[in-house]
Amino acid sequence: MNKDMKILIVDDFATMRRIIKNLLRDLGFNNTHEADDGLTAIPMLNAGNYDFLVTDWNMPGMTGFDLLKHVRADPDLKDLPILMVTAESKREQIVAAAQAGVNGYIVKPFTAAVLKEKIEKIFERIQK
Amino acid sequence: MSEQSEEPESFEELLRNTTSELVDKIEQGALADAVNLLQTINDARNRDLYQQVGQLTRALHDAIRDFHVDTRAAVDQDKTLSEMADATDRLNYVINLTQNAANRTMDKVEECLPIVSELGKEAALLRNEWGRLIRREMKPQEFRDLYRRIDTFLVETERQTDVLSGNFSEITLAQDYQDLTGQVVKKVITLVHEVEDSLVHLVKMASQVDRITGIQPKDTDKNTEIIDKQIPEGPVVNAEKRGVDVVSGQDEVDDLLSSLGF
Repeated sequence: MNKDMKILIVDDFATMRRIIKNLLRDLGFNNTHEADDGLTAIPMLNAGNYDFLVTDWNMPGMTGFDLLKHVRADPDLKDLPILMVTAESKREQIVAAAQAGVNGYIVKPFTAAVLKEKIEKIFERIQK
Repeated sequence: MSEQSEEPESFEELLRNTTSELVDKIEQGALADAVNLLQTINDARNRDLYQQVGQLTRALHDAIRDFHVDTRAAVDQDKTLSEMADATDRLNYVINLTQNAANRTMDKVEECLPIVSELGKEAALLRNEWGRLIRREMKPQEFRDLYRRIDTFLVETERQTDVLSGNFSEITLAQDYQDLTGQVVKKVITLVHEVEDSLVHLVKMASQVDRITGIQPKDTDKNTEIIDKQIPEGPVVNAEKRGVDVVSGQDEVDDLLSSLGF
């Protein structure tokens, strides 16, 4: 896991993007970028060589769930590690996200420790 | 209201009374009389139907008027702003206020962090030097430097702790939005209840019409639609009342996923 990896944070609330950005910075990840919706995230992902995607679910234009499916269906993006950070807590949604290929799922409200643990776990698994 | 509940009964009473008379007339062979009776029943049904539809229309009109929607679409904002638009504005106000409070708080926290970090670092360095002094490893010139450095540190600490206190007070003050947003949200709750009451009233009126015309509304199966499209619900507000379809914390999420092999 490279601390310089390029991370895209997607959430329609600027406050949440700021919180996640700060937490990532506290963990040593400074190469972070932001998008406010699934729709605005896609061109950034296509142009940008991102190493990691952190996304909310509930967004007006394109939900994080649809973004996840889009990324997994795109041959250039399909292996991008994806972490969902969301208030959506219905069991069937969590299962649906896992089946669609999400690498980690965090429910809000969450702690810095949980974020750290999930990120480490995702990249541990990838290296195996 | 009493008038409205009397009408369907009187139509039903009329129906009941006239039907037995109708049967009698048919058995007696008085067909003209029988047809006239049929006509009477039909007229009464139509009158009743028109009355119910009229009441429904009036109720709808009242509801629209209560929402202060000007159907002539005037641009005069002050007097003809609908209550729904008002509610939307109020909720946007809540979003803005909470966002500003969150940013203000985070700004202050971000100001405090480097101050605290610097104080800690300098204290650690001074402690090292102090240790050397105690072990008599220090030359007189170094001691004079240390002396100055400690003096500076004490002055800085006094100053910076004042700054920190100030920032903490500002963080407390930034929470003042809660009072304002609480008041605004209460107003919106009141409006929502009024809308709900109006709608329930309208539904009652409409069902009276349905009763007379025999119309049966189609039931759409909304549940499967929602599951298929994974429509997001947002944060769950009443987790205890919700039951097993919702997880209540990160641990349950992790358990769920690992139980399925993810």
